[in-house]
Amino acid sequence: MKILLKGNEVMCEAAIQAGCRFFAGYPITPQNEVPEYMSHRMPAVGGAFVQAESEIAAINMLFGASAAGARCMTSSSSPGISLKQEGISYITAAELPCVIANMQRGGPGLGNIRASQADYWQAVKGGGHGDYRLIVLGPSTLPELYTLTMNAFDYADHYRNPVLILGDGILGQMAEPVELTPYAPVVDLPEKDFVLDGCAGRKPRVIKTLYLRPALELVHRNELLQAKYDKISSELSLFEEIETADAELIVAAYGITARIAKGAVRTARRNGLKVGMIRPITLWPFPEEPFMRAARTAEKFLVVEMSNGQFIEDVKLATACRRPVEFLGKGGGWYPTPEAIFEKISTMCEKSLAD
Amino acid sequence: MADIKIDKDRCKGCCLCVAECPRGNIRMAELLNDAGQPYAEIVDTDNCTGCALCCQMCPDLAIAIGPKKPAPDKAPGSV
Amino acid sequence: MEFERPTTLLETRTHYCPGCGHGIVHRLVAEVIDELGIRERTIGTAPVGCAVLLYDYFNCDIIECAHGRPPAVATGLKRVLPDRIVFTYQGDGDLAAIGTSETIHTANRGENITAIFVNNAVYGMTGGQMAPTTLLGQSTTTSPDGRGLNHEGPPLKVCELLASLDGVTYLERVAVSTAKDTIKARKAIRKAFVNQIEGKGYSLVEVLSMCPTDWKLSPQQGVDFVNHQMKKVFPLGVYKDRS
Ligand SMILES: Cc1ncc(C[n+]2csc(CCOP(=O)(O)OP(=O)(O)O)c2C)c(N)n1
Repeated sequence: MKILLKGNEVMCEAAIQAGCRFFAGYPITPQNEVPEYMSHRMPAVGGAFVQAESEIAAINMLFGASAAGARCMTSSSSPGISLKQEGISYITAAELPCVIANMQRGGPGLGNIRASQADYWQAVKGGGHGDYRLIVLGPSTLPELYTLTMNAFDYADHYRNPVLILGDGILGQMAEPVELTPYAPVVDLPEKDFVLDGCAGRKPRVIKTLYLRPALELVHRNELLQAKYDKISSELSLFEEIETADAELIVAAYGITARIAKGAVRTARRNGLKVGMIRPITLWPFPEEPFMRAARTAEKFLVVEMSNGQFIEDVKLATACRRPVEFLGKGGGWYPTPEAIFEKISTMCEKSLAD
Repeated sequence: MADIKIDKDRCKGCCLCVAECPRGNIRMAELLNDAGQPYAEIVDTDNCTGCALCCQMCPDLAIAIGPKKPAPDKAPGSV
Repeated sequence: MEFERPTTLLETRTHYCPGCGHGIVHRLVAEVIDELGIRERTIGTAPVGCAVLLYDYFNCDIIECAHGRPPAVATGLKRVLPDRIVFTYQGDGDLAAIGTSETIHTANRGENITAIFVNNAVYGMTGGQMAPTTLLGQSTTTSPDGRGLNHEGPPLKVCELLASLDGVTYLERVAVSTAKDTIKARKAIRKAFVNQIEGKGYSLVEVLSMCPTDWKLSPQQGVDFVNHQMKKVFPLGVYKDRS
């Protein structure tokens, strides 16, 4: 049975289904439904909900809750995610699992409360200090948001790493019928042998991120982390491809933008234009393979994103700049329409004919 | 009389015990310990009542007091 | 009177300077944990500050937190594991500057945890900069002419501040600058842990403590500084007891 929920609520329900039993957050539009929903659902399933005094406190509560062994989650929107960066760096360094959601809004600064994709760099390149990686997922529909949120908890536990759900204000606010399928793990879940629950019957455990001595201990720590990130990169790559086989033009987009762009790609096909699309679902690790493949056959790429051009850099890297990559995007709460994308596609295709 | 011992290698020579001892029974040794720090020593074990005020002030847990020894004249079997 | 190392403290020699109060406070906390028989269900949070290496000395589970965040981390731990004993151990920079917000809100939510607050009127670990608790006129590396009323403002009084919060259960300010004070400090720390065991809510014990190195004093002068200067500004006593 499908039920009609807002994206923010869909995400909460998925978290609950996946066994999330600790939530801490601080209100910020456009994700207020998350703490609101969690404030009644969490206690109902025997979990804990804390309205934190700040996003800094919320992420640090997760540090504790995760150390205590709970599946835990926090959510926010852009300015709040900036505040969480300190905690994210620590949690990543301590290799604790948790799930963080960013329902992005326009920036920089206080910005506005329209949807945006301007936190891409912060999400996939690391907004906090030190060499670390987050697993970043970019859902583009509510059913996908539901599944990916459940998967996020599995990836977090499997790799002992925070997972970021990179959504946006539209995804959080829109309502769509969603089938609330029961949770089933998608990867194996190792025993949590790091949990601090008192040292009865075992040696005391320490969770720490300070490595002073010997001098190169932190170098070694970094090598171990990098090895883990390499492993994640080699194992985790999710993407959707639409009619790329014979495409001359590839549209690249993620999240809600990809959903809008899909309409434009269909229109282009109906008009006889050889257009395909690649939609990364994991934004880190970035799915390079479909881009490398497409760069061999397609003539050019079009990146559409709701920012001034962040995601485009990864597309250029993945295609090794072998093909021209054009851009359609703006920051500050600008949304692309299917018409605008189709128009851009048409111009690019005409240009190819003229070349 | 108390079974008091100062572990000279734990001692960092802060002297807080010296000042605290109500009987003036702790002093700084003339030598340095293995860490190269001055350390405290008991002047006269027999003069120690085992009040443990020195232990209360020692930041380094360098002073230990064992279970009270019975006074020699009341030692078991002496009656 | 027998005096032995509490089993909650490892044998490791601490990295603290001669005459530093952290060693005494460690011992008091460890003795209380021993006495209450809670070592195997206790989780400590280490601060950023001189006490960051808490886990090198304590024989129980410890999580090292970001600077000022122990109260938030402790909240997460305790909400997930309400039957475990969770304590924070923080300096004045950690608790009363960068972590003021976490401290106040954790206290006001009445989280059932125990906070050990070591007030040494200075930032120890970073080399003696001004702390929120630095005394007026006290010179530090960032207040070389002495803390001034007009620029830096008067020292922040944590017990007095938290006493105004209805959510708080127990607040006491103690010292470790005389043997007598130390014995009293142990009682206060014990009470702060017992409150948690009995589910009574948030307890904080502020401990006036010595930092002779960064005060540029000898250990004996350090003790005198606490006794004659700090106690005047930070009077000892119970600031709140709803237990
Ligand atoms: C975010 C952040 N800011 C600053 C520091 C540097 N720092 C480390 S310890 C410390 C002050 C600690 O002072 P206090 O909390 O009073 O503890 P003490 O060392 O005196 O025991 C500072 C500022 C840091 N580690 N992290």
